[in-house]
Amino acid sequence: MSEPIYQTEALIAEDIDAYLAQHEHKTMLRFITCGSVDDGKSTLIGRLLYDSKMIFEDQLAALETDSKKVGTQGQEIDFALLVDGLAAEREQGITIDVAYRFFNTEKRKFIVADCPGHEQYTRNMVTGASTADLAVILIDARKGVLVQTRRHSYLCHLIGIRNLVLAVNKMDLVDYDPKVFDDIVADYAAFAKSIGIESFTAMPISGFKGDNITSPSANTPWYTGSTLVEHLETVEVLSSVDAGKPFRMPVQWVNRPNLDFRGFSGLIATGSLKPGDEIRVVPSGKTSKVTRVVTLGGDLDEAVAGQSVTLCLADEIDCSRGDVIAIADNPPQASDQFESTLVWLNDDAMHVGRAYWLKLGTQTVSATVQQPKYVVNVNTMEHLAAKTLDLNAIGVVEIATDRPIVFEAYADNRTLGGFILVDKITNATVAAGMLHFSLRRAQNVHWQPTDITRAEHARLKNQTPRVLWFTGLSGAGKSTIANEVEKRLNLMNRHTFLLDGDNVRHGLNKDLGFTEADRIENIRRVGEVAKLMADAGLIVLTAFISPFRAERDMVRQMIPAGEFVEIYVDTPLAVAEQRDVKGLYKKARAGELKNFTGIDSPYEPPEVPEICVNTAEMSAEEAADYIIQQLLPLK
Amino acid sequence: MTKSLTHLERLEAEAIHIMREVVAEAERPVMLYSVGKDSAVMLHLARKAFYPSPPPFPLLHVDTTWKFKAMYDLRDKMAKESGMELLVYQNPEAQERGINPFDHGALHTDMWKTEGLKQALDKYGFDAAFGGARRDEEKSRAKERIFSFRTASHGWDPKNQRPELWNLYNAKKNKGESIRVFPISNWTELDIWQYIHLNDVPIVPLYFAEERPTYMWEGQLFMADDVERLEKLMGNKPEITNRSIRFRTLGCFPLTGAVESTAKTLPEVIQETLLTTTSERQGRAIDKDAGGAGMEVKKQQGYF
Repeated sequence: MSEPIYQTEALIAEDIDAYLAQHEHKTMLRFITCGSVDDGKSTLIGRLLYDSKMIFEDQLAALETDSKKVGTQGQEIDFALLVDGLAAEREQGITIDVAYRFFNTEKRKFIVADCPGHEQYTRNMVTGASTADLAVILIDARKGVLVQTRRHSYLCHLIGIRNLVLAVNKMDLVDYDPKVFDDIVADYAAFAKSIGIESFTAMPISGFKGDNITSPSANTPWYTGSTLVEHLETVEVLSSVDAGKPFRMPVQWVNRPNLDFRGFSGLIATGSLKPGDEIRVVPSGKTSKVTRVVTLGGDLDEAVAGQSVTLCLADEIDCSRGDVIAIADNPPQASDQFESTLVWLNDDAMHVGRAYWLKLGTQTVSATVQQPKYVVNVNTMEHLAAKTLDLNAIGVVEIATDRPIVFEAYADNRTLGGFILVDKITNATVAAGMLHFSLRRAQNVHWQPTDITRAEHARLKNQTPRVLWFTGLSGAGKSTIANEVEKRLNLMNRHTFLLDGDNVRHGLNKDLGFTEADRIENIRRVGEVAKLMADAGLIVLTAFISPFRAERDMVRQMIPAGEFVEIYVDTPLAVAEQRDVKGLYKKARAGELKNFTGIDSPYEPPEVPEICVNTAEMSAEEAADYIIQQLLPLK
Repeated sequence: MTKSLTHLERLEAEAIHIMREVVAEAERPVMLYSVGKDSAVMLHLARKAFYPSPPPFPLLHVDTTWKFKAMYDLRDKMAKESGMELLVYQNPEAQERGINPFDHGALHTDMWKTEGLKQALDKYGFDAAFGGARRDEEKSRAKERIFSFRTASHGWDPKNQRPELWNLYNAKKNKGESIRVFPISNWTELDIWQYIHLNDVPIVPLYFAEERPTYMWEGQLFMADDVERLEKLMGNKPEITNRSIRFRTLGCFPLTGAVESTAKTLPEVIQETLLTTTSERQGRAIDKDAGGAGMEVKKQQGYF
């Protein structure tokens, strides 16, 4: 058993006040452990918990019983059992999710994210690494640097962890041979350099026997560096690095209990602030002075990165959730086009061109992703061409947001450079992203204000613009009904235009095919054209299969509220296929036509369309009459 | 030079950040309030997060009717002091069937707490509920996210949790789904005690040692909080002896084991806690059901 234990039990017993004073002033370090399945991660963490007295007697008793029952260490205590949590995992004998553990030494509190070693769980490792100050990369001394070692190191580097510890574990199994250690370190150093890791700290340990964990091991007299715990106790934590950067606080919530108080609440991402400091609200650019830093315990003289505060300003300026309060003379920029690294976290692959929610700091916007510039093979670090990103894939992608967001490069600011993508339909968190830089395009293209507004266009035509979006299977009757509706509107002296799927593909979209990505782009362009026409005051009718709910919703978001009318032409597949006006179903069934909606590509019907017509029960004329009735009055 | 934040300052900032995110993004949040020491810290953090406004959500106490009297007293006092609405929910079916800890064992927890919580959340239409669970309490908790999603039927699917990166929380959800949010996930028991100590957070006096009427039941020491009710249910009056006791954790009085102690001040309580060698939840019977996987099974069924 290793000596000494970290908590001064004598101090607790003799002078609890002194102990509490000591504990009160501890700092906190968050780290992750990564390694392959048998590298001894769980054992190492179990050991740290055990040595820091984070295991109570009853847990220890359970551990001893379990060790004998399912342990892998014979009659000895299997520390790994302390750490492997969920029942399913215990049966499989592997860790499958990120688990967080806690322990204390005299100087610090530690939060350990235990990350799994399996390839398919890249997402868990990235999750654990995102909040870590430091990573412990475990290597089995008998096996040396493995593919997994490279992958984990790459991921840690990608997430921006600067403190890497290379823990060469199981030294007891190689007789504490310094040559084994030196060879592994040299091997790793060459690799680390090749991917841009500037420095790392290597140490020979045994999690099982306790060598160089809390005290220098007599078995490795040739090693003069610090023990693992000493190292963890002294490395610089991220929040003190952040405190030295320019001030930034994303506004979470506006605190307005009454007319006399208006405060802006948020977690300070970087820098520090004193009352009297000149600030700028981004993106509006308005400036003011900080008058108070308010907390329940009294106003503060200074606030630093990592604190949650409420700021009061001298002027009544516009500022709300999503804005960033920054130091006035060095604010961050806003942009709407970026290059970014994406780590794909979902089973459903990335849909190029689809709109996802992008959350960065307290900003949530709609964002579309382009085809990856390349993806990275995490085992070889090679850059490969790819059309999309699958689960656990890492790639560099261009992203466009529907409005400018305040950002900084991830390398400079994790809060303003790290983001997640959320699927708009399933609400799953599908990707983690790290912004590199804004694309010049966005910076140089500005909105040119025009004097004749869309309201004036509409007034001249004496109508409210509309986008009547017909959706349904091929052969459902969209074009026929849309045509009938337009005829009726024309008779009513309405200014209209019909955008038809087939017609648009002869010109504007003739470069697009029928893959999922092309179909998404097809709809995006039609949406943009419909929007321009609606801005010009027209009632626009569109007849497109538009099979995906997400893209129809994307167009809905582009158009002012109330002007987008989704019309579902509901025809059972069997009926549409029987009609087969263009002979397309026959071709699709014969395998001559790929990606045909309803046959080998899905159709996602609208959940709550504004109007629904069933063409199995109505004629095209009846459907058109019904639609007109629903649209009235058309003022 | 700017100062380095202590671990408690960082934990506090994190919890406040989480609470504000929920208030900004959820439609109808609520704070579950069990009157224990973790709840006390949660309430204090909520008051800090929104000061000078009162926390913009109600407190919900899912009551079993079997809590200690001192808990009901503090509950009502704190709700008043914080300016928050207090909702108390008692499962009417459990009430009607007279579900109690003596006759019904595990069913008592299931009906009053698990079912009661689900019913209360449905009744008021809350879409986000703050809870004071911590990752250090129990093995399956160690893997739970801070934002934990529940299906419309309140189920938890440990295989299908959303990844949580940095301090970005995805609070989007479909109709009928809800989120359980755990702002003090990263706190340990010692952190809770120390925070209470440093911030003078009011807690139920039962955490401090005092001479109290006690009885032994199935080898454990209990406090005779409501002797009349006990006698009615147990069929005979338990043998009551006065002992200096306190509680490490508070729940239903017939289910919550006491420890003999002389710790009358907070530092003494902390001292005793640190030197004790049995883990916190051992005083409660709940984790021991269904073998080692008790809590995990309960969570899949909708227990907090």
